Amino acid sequence: MKKTVATLLAATILSSPAFAETVKIGFVTTLTTGGAVIGNDMKNAVDLAMEHLGGMAGDTQLEVIYGDDQFSPEAGKQVTDKLVKQDNVDFVAGYIWSNVLLASLNSVVNEDTFLISANAGPSQIAGVLCNENFFSTSWQNDQTPMAMGEVLNQLGVKSLYVMAPNYAAGNDMVAGVERTFQGEILGKDLTKWGADAQLDFSAELAKAKASGAEGLFVFYPGAAGGAFIRQYDQLGLSETLPLYSVFTVDALSLPRLQDAGFEAVLGSRTTQEWDPTLDNEANKRFVADFKAKYGGYPSYYGAQAYDAIMLIASAVEAVGGNMDDMDAVRAALKAADFDSVRGDFRFGNNHMPIQDFYLREVVIDDDGVWTTKVVQTVFEDHQDIYAEQCKM
Amino acid sequence: MTQGLSRSTVATVILLGLLAVLPAVFMAMDNEYYVGLATRLVILGIAATSLNLILGYGGLISFGHAAFVGIGAYAVGIPVHHSLFGGFQIVASNNGLFHVALAVVISALFALITGAICLRTKGVYFIMITMAFAQMVYYLFISIDTYGADDGLVIYQVSQVPLIDLSEPLHLYYLAFASLVAAILLVRMIVNSRFGMVLQGAKGNPERMVTMGYNVYRYRLVAYVISGAMAGYSGALLANYEGFISPDMMDWAQSGEFMFMVILGGVATTLGPILGSTLFTVLEEGLQIVMDWMEPAVEPAYVALFGRDLEFEVYWHLPFGLILIFAVLFVRGGIMGLIRGGKD
Amino acid sequence: MDPALLVLQTINGLQLGLLLFLVASGLTLVFGILDFVNLAHGALYMLGAFICASFTIALDNFLLAILIALPLTAFAGFVIERLVARNLYQRDHLDQVLATFGLILVIDTCVHIFWGPAGMAVPLPDWMEGQVRITEDIVLPTYRLLIIFTGLVTAALLYWLVNRTRLGMLIRAGASNRRMVGALGIDIQTLFTFVFALGAMLAGLAGMLISPITEASIGMGNNIIITAFVVIIVGGIGSMKGAFIGAMLIGLIDTLGRSFLDSIFALFMSTAAAETSAPAVSAMLIYIIMAVVLVLRPQGLFPPKVR
Repeated sequence: MKKTVATLLAATILSSPAFAETVKIGFVTTLTTGGAVIGNDMKNAVDLAMEHLGGMAGDTQLEVIYGDDQFSPEAGKQVTDKLVKQDNVDFVAGYIWSNVLLASLNSVVNEDTFLISANAGPSQIAGVLCNENFFSTSWQNDQTPMAMGEVLNQLGVKSLYVMAPNYAAGNDMVAGVERTFQGEILGKDLTKWGADAQLDFSAELAKAKASGAEGLFVFYPGAAGGAFIRQYDQLGLSETLPLYSVFTVDALSLPRLQDAGFEAVLGSRTTQEWDPTLDNEANKRFVADFKAKYGGYPSYYGAQAYDAIMLIASAVEAVGGNMDDMDAVRAALKAADFDSVRGDFRFGNNHMPIQDFYLREVVIDDDGVWTTKVVQTVFEDHQDIYAEQCKM
Repeated sequence: MTQGLSRSTVATVILLGLLAVLPAVFMAMDNEYYVGLATRLVILGIAATSLNLILGYGGLISFGHAAFVGIGAYAVGIPVHHSLFGGFQIVASNNGLFHVALAVVISALFALITGAICLRTKGVYFIMITMAFAQMVYYLFISIDTYGADDGLVIYQVSQVPLIDLSEPLHLYYLAFASLVAAILLVRMIVNSRFGMVLQGAKGNPERMVTMGYNVYRYRLVAYVISGAMAGYSGALLANYEGFISPDMMDWAQSGEFMFMVILGGVATTLGPILGSTLFTVLEEGLQIVMDWMEPAVEPAYVALFGRDLEFEVYWHLPFGLILIFAVLFVRGGIMGLIRGGKD
Repeated sequence: MDPALLVLQTINGLQLGLLLFLVASGLTLVFGILDFVNLAHGALYMLGAFICASFTIALDNFLLAILIALPLTAFAGFVIERLVARNLYQRDHLDQVLATFGLILVIDTCVHIFWGPAGMAVPLPDWMEGQVRITEDIVLPTYRLLIIFTGLVTAALLYWLVNRTRLGMLIRAGASNRRMVGALGIDIQTLFTFVFALGAMLAGLAGMLISPITEASIGMGNNIIITAFVVIIVGGIGSMKGAFIGAMLIGLIDTLGRSFLDSIFALFMSTAAAETSAPAVSAMLIYIIMAVVLVLRPQGLFPPKVR
């Protein structure tokens, strides 16, 4: 796989001028509003990936153009249109939010451009709306909460109260945990999301407590996650209503929680397809260089964004920079011939990854920094349940 | 208007001429993105023109105009959704003429009902109550899961209309452009009619119109309904252009943008709303390009100061906001005021 | 319905209402006396939150940070009044809406430039992080009780200021008849500047109080400004009493709606449909109330006496 610098140089010199053009990657993420916490992490990871690649995929120059979705499906679709029609990008990657991705999908795949989701994995795109030009380096939304439901069963939790934002991914997350969790769901709250998201959960938390459930399952990504944990902690619920979360406690919220001294979060558990402690070469390099460059742990958003760029680079390199042959590029993407930071990585028929899911625990690392480590593997080579609905 | 053509007539001819020709040029240059921008500009221009009828000529400051546009858009989205995925057979259709009829009728009906209530209030209370009704529609659509709730609805098929194909950018553009011209002519006709005279008379001095025997309330209500129906029509076009609709289209900030287009362009002028929507679109696009271009010059200082990367073009709101403030403080009568130079 | 839950939610509603009151009181003063529609009032709420957050982190003392941030937010209000608002008092509402919308964009972007896009979490001293146990079932975060306390004290101070001082007399006179105050030989410009800065400070205080709960974030003011307008329209423009009662009403309706509407809806529709529609309908409720009030009592529930 890996070429030495010398052969790289030689290849550059010998490369045929026909395909010497730059391959452009549009990267759509959230750079303004509260969602920018996530967007910046992804952007940092993309910049790091480009640095690791030396800006090259084989002999072909890569260029990344960022687009801001402003946390809104409408703005996300507009910026996607611009990338595809104006900047003529060859790939559009990124997408934190499922609703933004659903709104933007057709603008990319119908224009013979590839879309690589680095986070959002709405059930529709995994199933009925699956598309040959769509690939994901993250997961299908239901998978992570399904793993959490499995963990809850193992822990013997009998009843659950569920809270999530009211948008495509929120609905998938709730559906996911309901699918595997065998106990009873005592109540559910779907809260307003988007640029004017609800961030004060006093009414909902009071209901959750009054429901008498044995556990609280939540999904609050980005800045909302930090706000949620604080309010949960301020209510002193950790004794009576243990928290089981997905995509809520992460490398973005942990530094803030540590600054504010919320010890309650230590030892709390969450499921994920990736962790900074995963033992493989690509991950070690990614985590170490990310920490060195940006002074903190990367989040899974960053890991997935990093993988998205590496996947694209592997495909561009495989076809020698010739983007005209769509089928060849597609086959190269499908092969997923790159070193993923999560170790083994392959695509299912719907171009969603088939991968392991881990249980992670919040711990203090050797330097005193709050982070996570893997406790156990919950699912091995797990494929999403919508794959069979995809006729591909 | 004594010495041949007035400046505003010249401006009208130039702007409409540019709008008639430029998109075809863009298309020939294979720049589909700019055709899209032009389409958006023209559709927003129709909505702004309809708002100008009540806001400019009628003096009725509606802060809820986006609701009509949104209703018109959902009048396309909902039938198409059902025609593709089944259910709700009465509306399920991909027929564009049906969509337009539905958009116009429903938004007119909504205008009739809410207008009948809103027009009982005046001044700032009218502003707030129109906003309240728009917010109700906004939250109504957020609560309907079938149509995507908060996430909105992807429209997988454009409206089917005779003779033209709306999935062709130029076809859609020229339909929108023809609609804009028709909207301008319609508003001109209304304004110059006896009806329009009463409406404008009531703007300055409603009591006088009442003593003259006119039922001002009824005149205003009719104008409100016409304006709502036109905005609904523009919404149907917008849905076809965007291929995606969401409750965000009806948010109060959107209503605000329509107001700004009218005010920036020039209240109670034929061309003002289109100038406003043009300026809006051009600034939105142009400022990002300018900011992007300036980024290398500013970035090192910023990074040194804040230790963060700079995404300069996302700051285009800053000059945009400053332009808004300066326009209000120093430019009376919007762009049309500038063009006329205080004469005409 | 669980009575303990009802009590809890009522207290939560009061807390939201008091925050709304802090924003709405400044808005109603500026609107009532200056006849100025200030959409950018919410931006001052955000600015207060960010300034306070920075000082809290720098000084490691939340209370001290508030004391420093309050005059700074007032100063920001002063600057905005001098540079922009002052030139717009004589204009119609349309111009004011347009210019202050521009101000929102400018302030939001400046905050983005100075504080970054991510927003800021505000640490609290340990004694504020705990809970107060009233009964076995009613446990409240200490901090939320402190918000209620602060809100009530501020409301009392404002009541005293408006009803018991000479300045308050001028303010009340200004709300009902602006020309008269001018005729009395009062320096009306200074009064206006003072009122604007006071309003800014009140909005800033609300932002500072909420930020330890929701974090300080860009655009946080845009969510609350429209609700605050609803409050003052319902209460009656220019009326402090109206702003207070309107804020309590809206705060309670919003919170109680979010807590109980879904169980009520579930009685006559599917649970899934009830879960999505209940929050939206409770959000709609406040606009329905405003529309009803405007139709039945266009001047609001408690309009200032003479107008």
